[in-house]
Amino acid sequence: MASLVIAEHDNKSLKEATGKVVTAAAQVSAPVHVLVAGQGADAVAAAAAKLSGVEKVLLADDALYAKMVAETMETLILSVADKYDAILAPATTNGKNYMPRVAAKLDVPQISEIIAVESPDTFQRPIYAGNAIATVQVGSAKKIITVRTTTFKSAGEGGSATIEKVATGGDPGLAKFVGEELSKSERPELTSAKIIISGGRGMQSGENFHLLDKIADKLHAAVGASRAAVDAGFVPNDYQVGQTGKVVAPELYIAVGISGAIQHLAGMKDSKVIAAINKDDEAPIFQVADYGLVADLFKAVPEMDDELTKMGY
Amino acid sequence: MKVLVPVKRVIDYNVKVRVKADQSGVDLANVKMSMNPFDEISVEEAVRLKEKGKATEVIAVSIGPQQASETIRTALAMGADRGILVKCDADVEPLAVAKILKAICDAEKPTLVITGKQAIDDDSNQTGQMLASLLGWAQGTFAHKLDLGDGTAQIEREIDGGLQTVEVKLPAVMTVDLRLNEPRYASLPNIMKAKKKPIDEKSPTDYGVDITPKLKVLKVSEPPKRQAGIKVKTVAELLDKLKNEAGVI
Repeated sequence: MASLVIAEHDNKSLKEATGKVVTAAAQVSAPVHVLVAGQGADAVAAAAAKLSGVEKVLLADDALYAKMVAETMETLILSVADKYDAILAPATTNGKNYMPRVAAKLDVPQISEIIAVESPDTFQRPIYAGNAIATVQVGSAKKIITVRTTTFKSAGEGGSATIEKVATGGDPGLAKFVGEELSKSERPELTSAKIIISGGRGMQSGENFHLLDKIADKLHAAVGASRAAVDAGFVPNDYQVGQTGKVVAPELYIAVGISGAIQHLAGMKDSKVIAAINKDDEAPIFQVADYGLVADLFKAVPEMDDELTKMGY
Repeated sequence: MKVLVPVKRVIDYNVKVRVKADQSGVDLANVKMSMNPFDEISVEEAVRLKEKGKATEVIAVSIGPQQASETIRTALAMGADRGILVKCDADVEPLAVAKILKAICDAEKPTLVITGKQAIDDDSNQTGQMLASLLGWAQGTFAHKLDLGDGTAQIEREIDGGLQTVEVKLPAVMTVDLRLNEPRYASLPNIMKAKKKPIDEKSPTDYGVDITPKLKVLKVSEPPKRQAGIKVKTVAELLDKLKNEAGVI
């Protein structure tokens, strides 16, 4: 049989998460097909067709799929599910939204947020906010899987898959998209940034996050936050790094004024290098940081900005 | 309208989780257990709907061992009206939970089911969506704000890029995120009152649901530990290390 990967995209460009799920899918069941559900998403389908290891791209192009509403995604995925023994989606807020609906209708369990494929029926997934790793084996003929994308390398380019249009799955008429407020930023997205600088409760206000913006601009970094900073209203929810927010694994993670609650560590401890600035030398963040600086962030961060300027950033 | 609130008894979120030496699971012996924090937010939202006169009855459901009745009592002390305990000692997977909840929805006919987006033990993030699918209902997951209308509801959702609003046809399932509200603490008089509220005891077989696990847990292990690194003295030293030692800037 084959596996089907549900593409993550914004109708204009294919998100890197898709390539990572393709890598996981190839380890579960080859060949790999990719389903692009969107509106005016030809460029997305073309990009998916270039991913190495992809044999075919299914394109469902209709206004129904402009925002990947879960109920319409369910009917679409079910309409093509027969041909696949594994269906995989990234564990983004989209994938988490529609995939369990598909699993329930197929009467099979879903394996959420896998971090490794041990064999085609055995997977590792984090539980208890990443404090334990469960190795689970699934017996069902059809496997429904969401993939934590930080642990898989993206399938490179080099493929030349065919693109096949598929019919829509119809509109169940249950839910409709009304509107959205997306954070506008020229900076890279948290989940794909090479460098992230995050602020915690120690930032004291949303205003003070501008201190981090300056550093982020110099290093081409994304800006994140701990749950405490989001709950305090300093920054919007989409900044949140942690088990219930975004899980990230950049080359460099700079934690500023973040104490290091378990929940936060679960979202960033796979970063290659972690640097932490905190005035409390007992803060748990220092137990995972490669480089720790005990200092008042309101002195250290402006100083970092000056030093970076001197270094030519 | 009735609101159904499924609540799960889980390890308290302040407890340090320990993996058992034989890798059979996580040590839950003599560990403090509490209501899943996301479910507290759902109970709060349901109770607020009742206080605003929009809901007539709030029913708390828990599927788990006898002690899960304590979790239901917590919901009753917060303001839920009655409880249903579906007793079973084994772990129940999200799909089976959703099937039991579907049977309860068929019997109780709630207009809204409000539950946490995920439980902090198995972190599956599936039950609400599966329930909505089995019922053929709409869903509003990761809810940030609820605006209840006539026959429909607008739900603002926390998504990767920011916030998204969907309009769902009622009845519907809503799963809640952290910022929907701040759950109240139950007052002593309300805790006392909750003791008199009824809890029905049921079993999965009453609903004709087979709870045999479909996933086999081969082992539960410790995640790889990260070693603490070094402390640097100055910002200049930190940047020097990041550039010349780690090579990441």
